[in-house]
Amino acid sequence: MRRLVVVGNGMAGMACVEQILKYEPQFRITVFGDETHVNYNRVMLSSVLAGEKAADEIIINTEEWYRRNEIDLRVGVRIVDVDPRAKTVIGDDGSVTPYDALLLATGSSAWMPPIEGLDKDGVFAFRTLDDTRQLIRRSGPGTEAVVIGGGLLGLEAARGLQVQGCRVTVVHLMATLMERQLDKDGGQHLVRTMERLGVRVLLGRSTKAIRGKKRVERVEFADGEGVDANLVVVAAGIRPNVDLGRKAGLTVKRGIVVNDAMETSDPDIFAVGECVEHRGICYGLVAPLYEQGKVLAATITGHGGAEYTGTVQAAKLKIMGVDVFSAGDWDVSGADQIKYEDSGRGVYKKVAVKDGKLAGVILVGDTSDSHRYMDWLRTNVDLGDTRGQLLFPPPSADAGLDVAEMCDGATVCGCVGVTKGTIIAAIHERGVNTISQLKESTRACTGCGSCTSLCQDLLRAVAPDFEDEKKKVICACVPFAEDRLREILRSQKLKSVQEVLEIYGNGIGCEICKPALSYMLDMLWCGDHDEDRSARFINDRVHANIQKDGTFSVVPRIRGGVTSPDELRRIADVADKYRVPMVKITGSQRIDLLGIKKADLPKVWADLGMPSGQAYTKGVRMVKTCVGTEFCRFGTQDSTGAGIELERRFEQLFTPHKVKMATVGCPRNCAEATVKDIGLIGIEGGWQVVVGGAAGKSVRKADLLTTVETTEQALDASELFFQYYRENANYLERTYDFVERLGIEKVRKETIYAPDAVKCGLRDRFAKSKARARDAWLEGQAPTDPTQFASLEVLDKVFT
Amino acid sequence: MTEAVRSVRLPPSHEASADQNWVRVATCDQIPPRQGRSVSIGDRELAIFNLGPSTELGAGDRFFATDNRCPHKGGPLCDGIVTGVSAVCPLHAWKINLTDGRVERPQVASEHCVATYAVRVDEGVIAVSVPR
Repeated sequence: MRRLVVVGNGMAGMACVEQILKYEPQFRITVFGDETHVNYNRVMLSSVLAGEKAADEIIINTEEWYRRNEIDLRVGVRIVDVDPRAKTVIGDDGSVTPYDALLLATGSSAWMPPIEGLDKDGVFAFRTLDDTRQLIRRSGPGTEAVVIGGGLLGLEAARGLQVQGCRVTVVHLMATLMERQLDKDGGQHLVRTMERLGVRVLLGRSTKAIRGKKRVERVEFADGEGVDANLVVVAAGIRPNVDLGRKAGLTVKRGIVVNDAMETSDPDIFAVGECVEHRGICYGLVAPLYEQGKVLAATITGHGGAEYTGTVQAAKLKIMGVDVFSAGDWDVSGADQIKYEDSGRGVYKKVAVKDGKLAGVILVGDTSDSHRYMDWLRTNVDLGDTRGQLLFPPPSADAGLDVAEMCDGATVCGCVGVTKGTIIAAIHERGVNTISQLKESTRACTGCGSCTSLCQDLLRAVAPDFEDEKKKVICACVPFAEDRLREILRSQKLKSVQEVLEIYGNGIGCEICKPALSYMLDMLWCGDHDEDRSARFINDRVHANIQKDGTFSVVPRIRGGVTSPDELRRIADVADKYRVPMVKITGSQRIDLLGIKKADLPKVWADLGMPSGQAYTKGVRMVKTCVGTEFCRFGTQDSTGAGIELERRFEQLFTPHKVKMATVGCPRNCAEATVKDIGLIGIEGGWQVVVGGAAGKSVRKADLLTTVETTEQALDASELFFQYYRENANYLERTYDFVERLGIEKVRKETIYAPDAVKCGLRDRFAKSKARARDAWLEGQAPTDPTQFASLEVLDKVFT
Repeated sequence: MTEAVRSVRLPPSHEASADQNWVRVATCDQIPPRQGRSVSIGDRELAIFNLGPSTELGAGDRFFATDNRCPHKGGPLCDGIVTGVSAVCPLHAWKINLTDGRVERPQVASEHCVATYAVRVDEGVIAVSVPR
């Protein structure tokens, strides 16, 4: 077997090796990487910096993959020299490794512009996983960060640093952000969007020096001005790593020169990726690497004839909430320009058409149909008939139509180069039904991830047992699935509804998403969020249930349905004093005072001297009980005592939807525990804990969560389920839908049977929320704003 | 929300006409952003809204006044969730545009409009113009 030595353990090198492995084995492969990691997705570093992904989530090839393919992986070894006559490479560890074929995939490095003081402590590039980790370590609230460079990478770094808590300024030499991808108008939209996110943008500034004693203190511009900084990221561009190419005597211009077969000027040396120059172009994006790798694999394994003819350049900014896409040559002379601009929504589209064909496109604010443009660019199709619909796709009758319009040869995943035909074949031949299976099987969707929705659509249209991993979005204002959104809010440390709407939504919100977001923030931050009452339904602003005539109903907490003569007297007095039109015993073993005016609520609560029963909110309602062993001759457990304890433990907390509970002392089930969200059923010597029951719009018998011996154990098991439901259910999803959706086995596995660490986490977060929870009716004495319960009083005498 | 921008009408001239009267109803800080409050003027009940700072209306708080009755079943509009330049009635989620009183949802005949009143703010005091 011949010896293939690969220098560079990055995306380009390993994508090429993956292609080589598809042919008959003819190489013993050794891979050198100067980073100490296995191959990871460099494109996703910005997601790691922004806390959206963990470092191990961006690994492409695991150690196991290298082992399985018998690849000798040498990480942390930098190849410093090549001897093309002896056919050896020399490592910085002194090793000399012979090769029959050498593959240079050395990539590129951050270009450091001529700025004084780049050696100061606190100056970083943003190129590797180690850079990223350093940046995360050094950033945080109070850090003034300056990013030099307003290109793709610089902006992604800026947003990431900001998410980490830094105050961020982007300093850009040119007059337009991302000037290689955007025209002036597009750049201006982007500036506005970045500044709305809170990133300061300085254009047309040439950085002269970085000042400071040992550590960075200030960034100085050529015009004499400057900004204070204690962290500087240089993202001013990249330069191909061509040193080894030079040492090997290859033809090198800006990059190592390769021909269409991906051969260098030495027949035994090949090169791929960002270190090469092909037809005068050095690529810095991910898609070309894969295309080059395929051709190179064919050439190096002797399957000649494959040709690489270049790649349509396309770039997509990966900042959540900031959609920017650019492809092709939108500035080509002699092209017709078609533009659309909506300053209110921050949407800008520009399409350049030359000789009836798409030459280039810029999309800012709405990149949803970027794949359509990519397809036109790749296929160089004549746009004759679609000329009138260039900026917007024709309204599609169903979800399958968009994918139906694509031909089998159309590219779905531009990064890896997977066509619609390949995906359909994978679905039929390899039983692919989910996105994860598709990634595994075809590698589609593993690059920049922008084709995810297209892959989803294709799976939905073709796969017989399609499983939608994507849940429905909350509403059009915040177009994210709830589990995704919870992740985002947590990682981005967002604490107010308005902030979420501004960054991830339409800036406005509606009566559907605002309460949902309010709940989510309260749950995620265990009550330590910025409560915004304007985002709550009126019931949660005044802590009472609005009735058809605009009055409110008041239900005090009567835990376990057990009250006292004293409480009953106070309730009766209140009913008299405020002329309450109706006093009603509810189905929840409580008393409802109906028809109370908003302005009277604080006085009513004060006179009652009882806490809120939360009968108006998506939260803990009540625990219905039977009399149990206290009085009942059949009772086996103290159900009233347990019920009161259960209610005390959970009360005052918010939940995705209302939570009604019951405890019964024996299986006769007098308080109907089997149709409650959480029920405790007393049995001889213990309790059954049941969850997910309902007797409302739906009727569902609760599932058995567990059987335990003591009341304390029953309460503990309930608590695990309760917190699990709070954290994982969608807003307005009752436990009966939630348990049904997940299946009781999964619920058990992730609550009572979960590893101790998981259980501790649930308990800790529950305890934290509980510690912050307060009786809402205390606001009667200390309103959040002076007019919370009041009407306004006119200041003038009317009609003078 | 360009649509909203277009429908914003400028309030009538500040001089009270013969049959209109400016009534001062509250100070700005009495109505939190994106909330409404009711006020009785004679036998009318009005809802005064603070739409808060927003992209479509500019940086400062903006105030609008309507009748405090939903044209559907009379729900108190002041208690609705504010969304952009509209409020959603707390009873059955009818959506009312606060700048012109139009029912945005559901689609109903135009006579189901809510009366709106011109608002002006002088030195932090909100005044509405109501018919004599």
